[in-house]
Amino acid sequence: MVEFNGWDMPVEYPASIGCGIVSEHMAVRTGVGIFDVSHMGDIRLSGPGALDAVQHISMNDAARLAVGQAQYSALLYPEGTFVDDVIVHRLGQDDYLLVINAGTREKDFSWVRDNTRQFNCRVEHLSDDFTQIAIQGPKGVNLLQKLTDANLSAVKFYWVTRGTVCGLRDILIGRTGYSAEDGFEIYIPADEATSARVWNEILEAGKEFGVVPCGLGARNTLRLEGSLSLYGHEISDTINVWEAGLDRFCKMEKPDFIGRPALEKARAAGLKKTLVGVEMVDRGIARDGYKVLDDSGSEIGYVTSGSPAPFLKKNIALAYVPTEHAAIGSTVKIEIRGQGVKAQVIPIPFYKRPKKS
Amino acid sequence: MTYPTDRKYTKEHEWITADGTIGITHYAQESLGDIVFVDMPKVGTEITAGKTFGTVESVKAVSDLYAPASGTVTEVNGALATAPEQVNKDAHGSWMVKIKLKDPNELNPLLSASDYEKFAGEEAGH
Repeated sequence: MVEFNGWDMPVEYPASIGCGIVSEHMAVRTGVGIFDVSHMGDIRLSGPGALDAVQHISMNDAARLAVGQAQYSALLYPEGTFVDDVIVHRLGQDDYLLVINAGTREKDFSWVRDNTRQFNCRVEHLSDDFTQIAIQGPKGVNLLQKLTDANLSAVKFYWVTRGTVCGLRDILIGRTGYSAEDGFEIYIPADEATSARVWNEILEAGKEFGVVPCGLGARNTLRLEGSLSLYGHEISDTINVWEAGLDRFCKMEKPDFIGRPALEKARAAGLKKTLVGVEMVDRGIARDGYKVLDDSGSEIGYVTSGSPAPFLKKNIALAYVPTEHAAIGSTVKIEIRGQGVKAQVIPIPFYKRPKKS
Repeated sequence: MTYPTDRKYTKEHEWITADGTIGITHYAQESLGDIVFVDMPKVGTEITAGKTFGTVESVKAVSDLYAPASGTVTEVNGALATAPEQVNKDAHGSWMVKIKLKDPNELNPLLSASDYEKFAGEEAGH
């Protein structure tokens, strides 16, 4: 177990029960894995001004959400850099749930509260109210369907529903996740005995699908293969939306939101650095924080996340480099223990789940 | 896990035999998880007791290898370059380098199998 933002979290579950990062990762790609993601935070905005409040603090366009729909977005500083990335769920006419990162919970809540005072809405910090369990992988739908009366096949990706799960009524079920697979995230009341019972029932019901519990290690390698951003790595208070390559989640055409003027300026000024995906060409594994060098050995950027990719079976990394080094096929070097090791810029996402036929 | 008694152990989780064969312990491989890369010195390299002489990487982390004793590398286990996962399967059978010991007395203060087992047990409990 490791300390993770105040939570005791397993990096991986024991090999003795068939786990380990690679096994856990492969289970999610090919079958199903479950994650205890109770450390994630939750902020609810409700009331007549809730939509306006969400629109003001979120870069995506919440007005496009139907009740029961979710979207990826981010909270931005006036500079156009990241407070955090979030998933905005529209639960009711005037009822929004923002799912936020563990390490930024308190900061996010204060920021949301302070920046929505002018709107007629209630802001609640519900992080400690839920045990959140993610059920990820192509067989996740079959597994969860055994335990709920909700018709999961009717729930599209990035939509939510409610149903009875493991005998608990009115449970929020989102078809979302952080593994680049199909999957669900369920929000159950944060009662220890209940949570443990549900966790064990999922494991038991999932035996026929080869379900395994997955830790932080697999969560990281899965999201890295899918090139999904992690706060403090690909996104932070020094990186703006354009640099992070999250343009498609930022709706400049919607009415004003915090960060928009700065992003307009940044766009006019042009991109200086950008996030790229690289694959190691020579032997070696890039790790978070390693320097990126040009051919002559000068430092030009840095690795934000790097790891062996268990499903793709190559060593991959995300890195910030000057835009002139960002073209697909460009070669760069990663400084690994004093040596410049060759790597090549390749398209991201590294992994895309196959489309259903 | 019972640790073989034909060798000595370090608190950095390497093992070494009396003839200078070096590897990492079962506890070390278990803590590292899936090992994907072993970076070892070339034959002829001088290594120094207590100093790093290579690295072992798992999916989750990179970890230095510390020399249990000083000496000159005489042989490197090339099989680990293509099959590093062997270390996970059999840490005590997967040697990494062999060295010509500079001073066999350097092995004296190292841990016995039973002392190491106790030490690793305490580490795991943390």
